[in-house]
Amino acid sequence: MRIELVKRPERSALFAALSPFIALGLTLIAGAIMFSLLGKNPVEALYYYFIDPLREVWSLHELAVKAAPLILIAVGLSICYLSNNWNIGAEGQFIVGAIVGSILPVMFPDFQSWIVLPLMLLMGIVGGAAYGAIPAYLKVRFNTNEILTSLMLVYVAQLFLDWMVRGPWRNPAGMNFPETRTFSAAATLPEIWSASGRANWGFVFAIVAAIAMWFMLSRTLKGFEVLVLGQSPRAGRFAGFSQSRMVFFAFLVSGGLAGLAGISEVSGAIGQLRPTISPGYGFAAIIVAFLGRLNPLGIIAAGLVLALSYLGGEAAQISIGVSDKVVRAFQGMLLFFVLACDTLILYRIRFVGSSAAKTVEGTQNA
Amino acid sequence: MDTTPLANGPNLLEVRGLTKIFGTLKACDQVDLTIAKGEIHALLGENGAGKSTLVKMLFGSLEPNAGEIGWNGKTVNITSPGVAKKLGIGMVFQHFSLFEALTAAENIALSLADDTPISTIAAKARALSYSYGLPLDPDSLVGDLSVGERQRIEIIRCLLQTPELIILDEPTSVLTPQEADKLFETLERLRAEGKSILYISHRLDEVRRLCDRATIMRHGKVVGHCDPRQETPASLARLMVGTDVKNAERTTASVRGQELLSICGMSRKPAGPFSMPLKNIWLEVAGGEVIGIAGVAGNGQGELFEAISGEALQDSADAIRIRGQAAGRMGISARRLLGAAFVPEERLGHGAAPRMRLSENLLLSRHTTDGKAFVGTAGLVKSGAIQKAAQRIIQAMDVRKSAPDPEAAALSGGNLQKFIIGRELDRNPAVMVVNQPTWGVDAGAAARIRQALIELARNGSAVLVISQDLDELFEISDSIAVMHNGELSKPIPIAEATLERIGLLMGGAEPGHLDHEKEVA
Repeated sequence: MRIELVKRPERSALFAALSPFIALGLTLIAGAIMFSLLGKNPVEALYYYFIDPLREVWSLHELAVKAAPLILIAVGLSICYLSNNWNIGAEGQFIVGAIVGSILPVMFPDFQSWIVLPLMLLMGIVGGAAYGAIPAYLKVRFNTNEILTSLMLVYVAQLFLDWMVRGPWRNPAGMNFPETRTFSAAATLPEIWSASGRANWGFVFAIVAAIAMWFMLSRTLKGFEVLVLGQSPRAGRFAGFSQSRMVFFAFLVSGGLAGLAGISEVSGAIGQLRPTISPGYGFAAIIVAFLGRLNPLGIIAAGLVLALSYLGGEAAQISIGVSDKVVRAFQGMLLFFVLACDTLILYRIRFVGSSAAKTVEGTQNA
Repeated sequence: MDTTPLANGPNLLEVRGLTKIFGTLKACDQVDLTIAKGEIHALLGENGAGKSTLVKMLFGSLEPNAGEIGWNGKTVNITSPGVAKKLGIGMVFQHFSLFEALTAAENIALSLADDTPISTIAAKARALSYSYGLPLDPDSLVGDLSVGERQRIEIIRCLLQTPELIILDEPTSVLTPQEADKLFETLERLRAEGKSILYISHRLDEVRRLCDRATIMRHGKVVGHCDPRQETPASLARLMVGTDVKNAERTTASVRGQELLSICGMSRKPAGPFSMPLKNIWLEVAGGEVIGIAGVAGNGQGELFEAISGEALQDSADAIRIRGQAAGRMGISARRLLGAAFVPEERLGHGAAPRMRLSENLLLSRHTTDGKAFVGTAGLVKSGAIQKAAQRIIQAMDVRKSAPDPEAAALSGGNLQKFIIGRELDRNPAVMVVNQPTWGVDAGAAARIRQALIELARNGSAVLVISQDLDELFEISDSIAVMHNGELSKPIPIAEATLERIGLLMGGAEPGHLDHEKEVA
């Protein structure tokens, strides 16, 4: 017997909706297998991983803290991926946004006014967008592969941040620890509801950005342009849309949102710059984007799921003593299953009897 | 005409009651078909009549819901193209499945799926191709080959598997008359060797010339069998469509209007390794006339279309004038705003985005020209107005579809083409440029499209039609120019144009063309 993929005449709306859930289910099964191989009780492990963090209000706040950057970045990435621009460098744009946004509180700590915070956010957006413009320019001008350039620029940004906090921007009163001075109250992103937990306005930005991008994609001509150029570039050119301008648009939007995520994280959750300010949000957001079906509203849900995987990883480390690398394993499995399940949207599975199994066929479709 | 199949030899293929249902649509309904050994059997029918569905079931790409297929007297279950090939059924598709960056031999090797070395395949292919009068260099890159040569690869790929039944889907739609003649000789030879051929075509002349028997389908059902040699094209068309099909009526051009489209000494460097340069092209199209551009595929027609449409810009603004305005440096949207409309050759992926709905595809070419009607403030898309306009076009052009607003890829080729042409006609463009208006389109739809183009011209617009179908050009054009090797001949008024004269120009027989003559093997 042989399993075949048969192309569907139209996209299956059912599987477009179902595929993320199938992927989640398969990830849980594979996760249970992984835990039992590690010698842990899989049911207990999965409980601590996925249920326990949702039981207290303060940890729901933590969930929002983790989800905010993931959603912000993933929403921008969805514009990139829908328009066929493979920006893998959101982590770098996140870091540069955080650095540029921190110029005011680090270099001018005495400048304290209500305008500081909006300026910081704006500078974060500009910084991330400018860093995203580099792979865009290289792609348009020299036809380089944006996957490689954007990815390599991540390491440039990480090392630059490391040098900044150890060198020029090191806190003069910080006992030589590699970190900048802590931000003043005027430069700190306020908490939404500080009585019950740490969640800050970054989460609100994320939701607003997701709704705005959803509206842009589904209701406006610009969104139509994104989709046409992504699906059939030649039809896009026939429509009079410019491929190069779309490359810049996608990278500037996603860089800007990643930059906003970066400065929100630094100003809201951390309060200073450190050598490491992200547990890989820029990469995890790629998973979020695909798990959310590249739909900004789906991405809100997907961002919460991935945020849970971070929280669960910490919880599981404490309660059952597994390595925090388990987080990466879960995220990797999730992306793998999401991409695999997406096949079901365009193809259906057919089981073929053994009589036909001997001939292996090429691709002969009309 | 006779409704029971008659056989003149032992039957190779016997199909009984074959049925395929997609949702609520019966694409094939109780189809019976017999093919005898050593006959060329025509399968006729309009687009959407169920021909493709039928042959896909014969080739194992689709599974029938009911009915049986008999092969050499035994009932068989064709579950995949692999099974079909093992039985001895080969197929040449209308849309080629070839990789442009690979050589002909490599493309053939890919479909054989065994470990035969490429050199052996190349030698076999070369021998086979010469013995059937289809010369082919197996080492040439597919991207460098003309459409006719690409088709030869498909045919040879099919013949290498020594099939007993060969299914050909619209094989001549891309060939010059001379190339088609060669193909017919090959097919007649195959018939003489006892092979059977199922020949799908809309071209009734060639069916009458070539085929021994014909099965006619309409709306998923077999509506008759006949001997095409005893029918006239008109009677065959009537069987296919169910009503009389008229040739497009060409009233003589009234007074020649003003020049609406002028191309003045336009040249263009080749854009890529597989494209043709354009060399010093001059052409004027006036309001009220249809000018046809003939030529073998791959002689620069695609490049010319891109240059006129503005998908590729010219170096000088004066190279192209639309309604008197220098448009050479304008993009496609700006040229549309001057009153021009364009229909490219490729329907899916160029003229329409395959995975988008018809209404969205309407927006594709009209978001600028109908900006006020379709796009509101802040770029908001007015989907209600677009839906209405799409329905209007669907009605005007009689586009047949299975859902209210289906994805473009779900439509048959002819119906999608009717929609794409209708999308532009709906604007009443002053200049209409169409590349291959009826490629792969059935007789009924083609007649409708041609008539619409003539009417557009007679209402004062300038119409430029690029086509490889000479019959079509002779039917609708007021004058015909020929494209060869990136150069365009002077337009020949239709009264002076003969098939022979145009055919010679297509082969490059004009002073200035001879220097560049390329060996088209």
